[in-house]
Amino acid sequence: MHWRRFIPLITVALLAVLLFAGLALDPKIVPSALIDKPVPPFDLPPLPGKEPGLIAANLARGGISLVNVWASWCGPCRIEHPQLMEIAKIGKLHMIGLNYKDDPANALAFLKQLGDPYETVGADRKGRIAIEWGVYGVPETFLIDGRGHIVMKHVGPLRPEDIPEKILPAIKAATP
Amino acid sequence: MIIELGHFALVLAFVLALAQASLPLIGAARGNLALMALARPAAFGQLFFLIGAFAALMHAFVTSDFSVLVVVSNSHAAKPMLYKIAGLWGNHEGSLLLWVLILALFGAAVAGVGHNLPAPLRARVLSVQAMIACGFLSFMLATSNPFARLIPPPLDGQGLNPLLQDPGLAFHPPFLYLGYVGFSMAFSFAVAALIEGRVDPAWARWVRPWTLAAWCFLTIGIAMGSWWAYYELGWGGWWFWDPVENASLMPWLAGTALLHSSIVVEKRDALKSWTVLLAILTFSLSLLGTFIVRSGVLSSVHAFATDPARGIFILVFLVLVIGGSLTLYAVRAPSLKGGGIFAPISREAALVLNNWLLATACATVLLGTLYPLLMDALSGGTAKVTVGAPYYNATFAPLMIPLLLTMALGPLMGWKRGDLAGVLSRLRFALGVSIIGMLAVWYFHSGGPVLAVFGIGLGLWLIFGALTDLAERIRLFRVPFAASLARAAGLPRASWGAMLAHGGVGIAVLGITASTAWTAEKIILMQPGDEAEVSGYVYHFVHAEQGPGQNYTALRGTFEVSHNGAPLVTLQPEARSYPVPPMDTTEAAIYPMLSGDLFAAIGNPQGDKGWSARLYFRPLQSWIWAGAILMALGGVISLSDRRHRVGAPRSAAIHHALEAPTAAPAE
Repeated sequence: MHWRRFIPLITVALLAVLLFAGLALDPKIVPSALIDKPVPPFDLPPLPGKEPGLIAANLARGGISLVNVWASWCGPCRIEHPQLMEIAKIGKLHMIGLNYKDDPANALAFLKQLGDPYETVGADRKGRIAIEWGVYGVPETFLIDGRGHIVMKHVGPLRPEDIPEKILPAIKAATP
Repeated sequence: MIIELGHFALVLAFVLALAQASLPLIGAARGNLALMALARPAAFGQLFFLIGAFAALMHAFVTSDFSVLVVVSNSHAAKPMLYKIAGLWGNHEGSLLLWVLILALFGAAVAGVGHNLPAPLRARVLSVQAMIACGFLSFMLATSNPFARLIPPPLDGQGLNPLLQDPGLAFHPPFLYLGYVGFSMAFSFAVAALIEGRVDPAWARWVRPWTLAAWCFLTIGIAMGSWWAYYELGWGGWWFWDPVENASLMPWLAGTALLHSSIVVEKRDALKSWTVLLAILTFSLSLLGTFIVRSGVLSSVHAFATDPARGIFILVFLVLVIGGSLTLYAVRAPSLKGGGIFAPISREAALVLNNWLLATACATVLLGTLYPLLMDALSGGTAKVTVGAPYYNATFAPLMIPLLLTMALGPLMGWKRGDLAGVLSRLRFALGVSIIGMLAVWYFHSGGPVLAVFGIGLGLWLIFGALTDLAERIRLFRVPFAASLARAAGLPRASWGAMLAHGGVGIAVLGITASTAWTAEKIILMQPGDEAEVSGYVYHFVHAEQGPGQNYTALRGTFEVSHNGAPLVTLQPEARSYPVPPMDTTEAAIYPMLSGDLFAAIGNPQGDKGWSARLYFRPLQSWIWAGAILMALGGVISLSDRRHRVGAPRSAAIHHALEAPTAAPAE
């Protein structure tokens, strides 16, 4: 019983050490813990008409895939969309959408209005799978090599200059 | 010149704070009345100089004095006056000045109205209060001087972030700070009590009004912030579990627990050690919030001034304040012996349960907020994770359910030994209404989430539980109606406050549940003349036109909304472009109704395909804020209770004779 009164003090001491360590870190740099790791083994049902959805096993069947996390309610996704259309035109990639916490009708309307760069779209209506993928917020883009390993992650909307500066080099590096 | 005077006033306030932090404390230890008496004029002097410093900075903002650095970086000559004023606290340095000003205000209030406090207790409370002021003032003077000049001055300022140019947000920080800083009173009282080694019901009666006032301000401040997020960010969301939101929610949860446990100390002389600990933790969490916002350890949409040197300073200060007070607690807590004994089923036990659940919920939020940092630090910067709504839905919500379930029971329970069966039987009406409500919702929204149906039941249970409490107290339908009215007039205001606040929680729960579960939305491209239907409301898009605003240009859409063929309202959402600093914001148009909010936001034109429009119907949305306002109102009414005005119990008899005869407190 006697030592219990020290619990708050000890907890705070540990917290202080943590916060001190935190000062040296930059929260704005966002690497993925999943780089060079296999994609999380989770499958998602498709958006209607965009079968077969997101099947983890399909990502490991050779060929490079791009997984884009998006939602119709997300403003930056609209800004990023022309870049995705551009990348889809390159034609070297399997373009896969991960539709995050969205109403399927709204999601399909979005694609109808702005163009549809995706071969297939998995619908993550509850945002559970996005957690497995370590998604911070929409939009985010992952590049996956032929073995099904994540080789690149981009947080935030893709800007036009990201295609030559980031996407194309990553595709090149991932091509065996 | 005025600016230099302001800076000098800040230095003088610091010197006074140093004196106030040390001399009265020594006086209290030695029984030296002269030294103890120093605290009072020092507290007034501190307030005087800080008002002077604040006025000097305000003058610079109002007159757009661009030789002052913070004015340059946060203001602009062409900005409306309200936002010039609000610009003062829309930045790191200025908001700190507001912080210490409010701290001095609370200190002076204790010095001014604390006549009936024993002299040593008052001296110690004011000393502790001044120690906190010393920390903040030295922080400002060393790292964040609001009076720094910029020579040569530029022609114009850089403007205030347009997202912050909003009436709701203009008053959000002052309320939030009144809340955060208000908890410093509870903290100072707790530390003073630990130094004295004595906590008694009189102590709780002194602490409670300060805690209650701080809690009311914080409640309003949080509600304002979420209201702002709701209509300014244009996503239709109102709570995002952002680290900075969590930073304000944690002291609120701990403060709510403190509010309830101090009742037990006051009425039953029990839970003393726990209450003192809660008082320390509540203010510590407020400080932690300040640290999180300003140090840059966590990324957030609220990213304020982030600077590692400042981070180190605040962290050291945090460790001194929290570590020091908790060390004192560890040493002195055993001397705080509880008095009242109570049965496992009693009002005390209900309040203990309330405290456990609130404290656990608070710890859950703390863990979720700091977990990304923990992972980051442990992995040396390679493992970055975020914790979002799914975590909180899975941990926070399950803790709230038992809290809300038992909330209706507590006030009906007797002190010392309660009668659970009796209480449940008195609540059978509330239970009946909740079940009928759940069945009705289930019927009309078949396929709705089960948890949402349950949430509606919980909300009704709380509202009718509070009404049952009222009916019981005034013996409604059991004595003649006039007698009930007389009883109602004679009820202690604290009881009215508690009922209102508990009912307010019920109303907020209904709003949260309905708007989360049954919001209908449409995101579509519309041409002028197009119509879209959302939940039975038909939005007719008339036109969209570009026009000038006060310090921005706006694309303004016009939607005529009708219901069942009858025109209802015209909504005019805007998409604004601010030139300084360049930024686009959405101003959603919202028509709040009792049944829900009509919400329209407009985006930029998509080529010749029309304008993108976001149309929502969010059922019971405004009930969330109505509930929060009721909670705060309940707090204010409780604050006006006679026993707080009376203060010390010994003078109760005198005041009682002076006031109009009222019924004896029923509690």
